[in-house]
Amino acid sequence: MPINMKRFPVRLNLRDGTVDMTHGSGGHAMAQLIEELFFKHLDNDLLRQANDQAAFDVPAGRMVMSTDGHVISPLFFPGGDIGSLSVHGTVNDVAMSGAKPLYLSAGFILEEGFSLSELERIVISMSEAAEKAGVPVVTGDTKVVEKGKGDGIFITTTGVGVVPDGVNISGNRAEPGDTILVSGTMGDHGVAIMSSRENLEFETTIQSDSAALHTLIADMVAAVPDIHCLRDPTRGGLATTLNELAQQSDVGMKLYETMIPVNSAVSAACELLGLDPLYVANEGKLICICKQQDSEKLLKIMQAHPLGKDAAIVGEVIEDDNGFVQMETSFGGSRVVDWLAGEQLPRIC
Amino acid sequence: MIKYVDEFRRHDLAQKLSAAIKKESDPQRQYNLMEFCGGHTHAIFRYGVQDLMPENVKFVHGPGCPVCVLPIGRIDNAIQLTQQHDVILCTYGDLMRVPASGRKSLLKVKAEGSDVRMVYSTQDALKIARENPAKEVVFFAIGFETTTPPTAVAIKQAQKEGLKNFSVFCNHVLTPAAIQNILESPEVREMSSVVIDGFFGPSHVSSIIGSQPYEFFAEEFQKPVVIAGFEPLDVMQSALMLIRQINNGQHEVENEYTRVVSREGNQKAQALVAEVMELRRNFEWRGLGMVPYSALQIKQSYADFDAEKRFDVPQIHASDIKGCECPRILRGVKKPTDCKLFGTVCTPENPMGSCMVSSEGACAAYWSYGRFRQTNNSSVEAKPVKSEPVKSDPEEMTSAELTHDELKGTTSCQ
Repeated sequence: MPINMKRFPVRLNLRDGTVDMTHGSGGHAMAQLIEELFFKHLDNDLLRQANDQAAFDVPAGRMVMSTDGHVISPLFFPGGDIGSLSVHGTVNDVAMSGAKPLYLSAGFILEEGFSLSELERIVISMSEAAEKAGVPVVTGDTKVVEKGKGDGIFITTTGVGVVPDGVNISGNRAEPGDTILVSGTMGDHGVAIMSSRENLEFETTIQSDSAALHTLIADMVAAVPDIHCLRDPTRGGLATTLNELAQQSDVGMKLYETMIPVNSAVSAACELLGLDPLYVANEGKLICICKQQDSEKLLKIMQAHPLGKDAAIVGEVIEDDNGFVQMETSFGGSRVVDWLAGEQLPRIC
Repeated sequence: MIKYVDEFRRHDLAQKLSAAIKKESDPQRQYNLMEFCGGHTHAIFRYGVQDLMPENVKFVHGPGCPVCVLPIGRIDNAIQLTQQHDVILCTYGDLMRVPASGRKSLLKVKAEGSDVRMVYSTQDALKIARENPAKEVVFFAIGFETTTPPTAVAIKQAQKEGLKNFSVFCNHVLTPAAIQNILESPEVREMSSVVIDGFFGPSHVSSIIGSQPYEFFAEEFQKPVVIAGFEPLDVMQSALMLIRQINNGQHEVENEYTRVVSREGNQKAQALVAEVMELRRNFEWRGLGMVPYSALQIKQSYADFDAEKRFDVPQIHASDIKGCECPRILRGVKKPTDCKLFGTVCTPENPMGSCMVSSEGACAAYWSYGRFRQTNNSSVEAKPVKSEPVKSDPEEMTSAELTHDELKGTTSCQ
C-alpha cells in the first residue's frame, strides 16, 4: 500500500472531536487546526502568507486601531454568536471614529475539551460576518488552556482603519446646543442574551441587533463630515454611553423619554425582569451627536439605511457643570439618567 | 406579553391628576405622605412624580425595601454559612452587594471562592439542590408578604420530593408590624419631629394580606391609608385620595389598587404560609431595631428545611457603619441628603448603607434619579414634549381625577 504523503493524513474530526492541549502547543496538531479550520474558512491572501504577522500597504492619512475581547455567554444566541459578534464589535469600534475599517486580527483562547464542531460553527460565522463587512481577518493566534481554566472560547479581535480627510469625530466634541440621535431601538441585544440564558429562558422573538455599522457611518460621514461624536452603546446601554460622552465633553444632556425608540417586546421583557432598557446593551446601534442644524439631514440619511431605519432624535446637549444626563420622563417628570451601577447583566459581549 | 402598562404612565392623565391635586390641596398646610414600599419610592423617582406635585405635598420614604431593612448580622450569618458550612447559597441579586461586617459582602466572598449563586426564583434554588445532591443548598429568603408564599411553596415541594440537601434561611418580615412600629416611635408619636399625615399602603403585599390588616392602625393612630398600585398614576391618584381624607379629617383605609387588592387578600396564599411558617417572637430590623412579632420562622414540622436549625446560625448584633443614617432614613426621620456619607463615600458603586444598595432604597433613588435637584443647576427646566397643555377649564378639572373604573379591568403585570 502506498504511504499517504499528505501533510495531515488523518483529517481533523470536526464532527465529534474536541480541542486538546496539543492544539495550542505550536506543533503539528496546531498547524492542522489552523490549516483545516481557520485558513479554510477565513481564507484570504494576507492570512495565507502564514507569517506571524500580516504585511500590507497602508493608504495615506490618519489610522485608527481598536481592540475588543469577547467573552459572551451563551456562545450562540438569537441573532448571532460569539463569532459574528467578535467581528461586528471591533468593526464598529473602528468605524465610530468615522474610519473605513480595513483589516482584523483574531486571538482565540480555547478551553481544553471545547467541541470542534462548535468551533467550526463559530469560525464560519466569523468568516461570513467578515466577508459581509468586507473586512478580512488577516492574522491570528490560538492558545489552549486546561479544562476549567476558561469557558469554552474567548475571542479577541483587533481592527485597523483609515479616517477620511476632514473628519474629526471624538467623544470630547459634544457642545451645548448639539442634537443627540440614536440609530434604532435600544436594548435588543441584552434582552436576546437574557432570553437564552440557562436559568432564565423565556420565549421571545427578540433577536440581537449585532451588526457592522461602518456602511451606515460611511453614508453619515459623506453627508455631514462634521459629526461631533459617534459611539456604540454596548455594555451599560444608552444611559452609560451618554454619561461617558457628557463627562468627556464636560457638558450635560437632556433626553426625552417619549422619543427614545424601544421595541415593545424589549420593554415588556424589561418590565418583567426589572431592567431599564436604557441600560441594556446594544451591538448594532450607534449614538450620534451633531450640530443642531445638521440633525434633520443626518436623521434622513440614517433612516434611509437598513441599519438606521428606526433612527430618532432623542435629546440635546446642554450646559451643565455637573455633567448630568437628565431625562424628561414620558410621565411628565424629570430625573437623572445615571451611570450604570454594579453589573446589570454579566458577560453580555 | 405585557399589556396595560403604558396606560398607567400616561402623560395626559398625569397632568390632569396634577391639576386636581393642586386644586384640592390646601396651600396653607403641608401634606407629608409616607410611602411604605420601596416600589413606590422607585416609581416616584423613576417617573419624576414629585415634579407633578405642588410644593406642599411631600413624599416621605419609608422602610419598605426588604434589602434595606435586613440587619447586617443576617448577612454575616449568610456569609458564615458559605464559609464555615461550605453550602451553596442561593440569593436574589440585590442582596449580593449589601455591605456586611468587615467590609465584606456576598459578592466579595463569592470572588474569594464561596459558592454564592444569584437566582431569580425559589424554583432556581430547588433546581440547584437537585443538581448538586452532594452539597447543602441554602436559599436566602428575604422579603415582605409578597415573596413569602413562593418560599413556602419551595419548602413544601422539597418535602414532597424528599430533597435532603435543601433548606431555607428565613428572613421574611411583616408589613403591618413595621408600620405600627413607625407610628409608635417617639419621633412620630411624642416628639413630632416627623409628621406623617397619611400612608400609601403597599400594593403587592396587600394583594396577599388584603386591606383589612391596615384598618387597626388607621383607627388607632388616626392616619389615613390608601393602598396604592406601583405605577406612577396609581401613586398620584392615591395621593389625591389621601389629600381628600386629610382635608376632611378622615382616617380610613381606602383601596386605590382595586384591580388587584381585595379586603381579604389571597386566602389560599395566606393558608399556605400559615401551614409552613409561624410568627417569630422578635426580629431585628435595620432602622427599627427589635420589633416583636414582625417576622416569620419555619414551623417545627418543617424543621428539616430550616437552615437555622440545620446549621449553627448565631445571633449577631453587628453595628452599622459610623455616620450612616440608614436607620433614621428608613423611618423617614432624615432624608438621604442629611447623611454625611451620601454621595461622598457612599454611592451605588460603593454602598456603605443598605439604602444605597437596592434600587428601591431611598438613597439609591435619590442619588440615581434625583440628585440634580440638589444642585443649583436649576437652569435646566423641563420642556414639555408632545404634551397637551393643561386644561384651565374648572369644569374639566373637577372631573379630572381618574375614576376607579378607568383604572379597573386592567391587569397589573409586574
